[in-house]
Amino acid sequence: MGTFLALVRRDLALAARVGGAGGLSLVFFLMVVTLIPFGLGPDLNLLSRIGPAILWIAGVLATLIGLDRLFQADEEDGSLDLMRLSPAPFEVVVLAKATAHWIATGLPLALFAPLFGLLVALEPAALARTALSLLVGTPALTFAGAIGAALAASIRRGGLVIAILVVPLMVPPLIFGVAAADPANPGSGQALSILAALTLAMGAVGCLGAAAALRGGE
Amino acid sequence: MQLAVDNLACRRAGRRVFDGLSFRLGPGEALAVTGRNGAGKSTLLGAIAGLVGRHAGEVSASGIGDRTLAESLHLVGHRDGLKGSLTAEENLAFAAALLGSQALAPADALARTGLPGAAQLPVAYLSAGQRRRVALARLLVAHRPLWLLDEPLTALDTAGQSLLAGIMAEHLAGGGLILAATHAPLPIEGAGELRLGA
Repeated sequence: MGTFLALVRRDLALAARVGGAGGLSLVFFLMVVTLIPFGLGPDLNLLSRIGPAILWIAGVLATLIGLDRLFQADEEDGSLDLMRLSPAPFEVVVLAKATAHWIATGLPLALFAPLFGLLVALEPAALARTALSLLVGTPALTFAGAIGAALAASIRRGGLVIAILVVPLMVPPLIFGVAAADPANPGSGQALSILAALTLAMGAVGCLGAAAALRGGE
Repeated sequence: MQLAVDNLACRRAGRRVFDGLSFRLGPGEALAVTGRNGAGKSTLLGAIAGLVGRHAGEVSASGIGDRTLAESLHLVGHRDGLKGSLTAEENLAFAAALLGSQALAPADALARTGLPGAAQLPVAYLSAGQRRRVALARLLVAHRPLWLLDEPLTALDTAGQSLLAGIMAEHLAGGGLILAATHAPLPIEGAGELRLGA
């Protein structure tokens, strides 16, 4: 537990300081959400109908940003070797790093979603549901991304490889996330439950998979 | 603790680095691993730490209780594991939390390696020699019997080298083990030598 907290604290400090990636994905999220209405034209009904999907797709893309550095930065400077010598299981290391990544990228997306939702003309009910679905679903995106980031940890410019590996895994959370965000959808409650299940499943699979990939690497 | 390496062989990218390497290291003993560039000194340290795949042979340790070998050793190498945007003290506090079995406090460890004034500075602002001293201070914040040092004297000034000599002598006197890959002679009396690629 001490190792877990120390890792989370360190990664958050790194994200917050000069050269860290904190805020980057939030700005990217904002850019996508503001650009789409300009491209789509002045059709408010269309915009508010596809608004949750826009926020979710922007969330998926924003999560992909910075994923390539999740393990690569630590692999390059030897920090990962230090973690391999720790008595803590490597799954805990992955869980801590993914948690810190989510706090720095996914959580701000969910918190700012009600504000950004106004840009795509979401109704108040849809605003709340979209924020809730992002809060529940973005950890699944991060954990899925951790698998790709671990596999590509020793590849320079691994961002493309990660995107190809990870985007298919992000499709189920995207589908159920958008379904859960739509207040007019009678099945949105079930969709939210499935989304929560996906997050838990991805949490387990992501930690085990990423730890296996990093342990086997030289 | 007793370290035994039997018939160890390592390959990197399919090429043989070394074969049939055997040696023993007991409490209070130091061994300098020498050899030309590319002889496999760093690979040997990595293989013992379990970070580099072993092709054949065995590395075993006794007298470390229920801890594994990886949990009983320090590795200080070229990739020093320090984050430039964190201060020296933060880097060491993190290492201590990660490695467990805490010994000296980070500030005291930095004082021992001769960097008392640099504790609050981000590591990115430090010189190569100061960085190396921070990395070596990691040896002191967590107690582990086996020290694997990769070119420990690189970038250190003469004062730093004699500080390190004192720290290593103290570790050996306390029953520790040191395996150091080096080109310069180790400042330890009675250190053995293991020549790779001869």
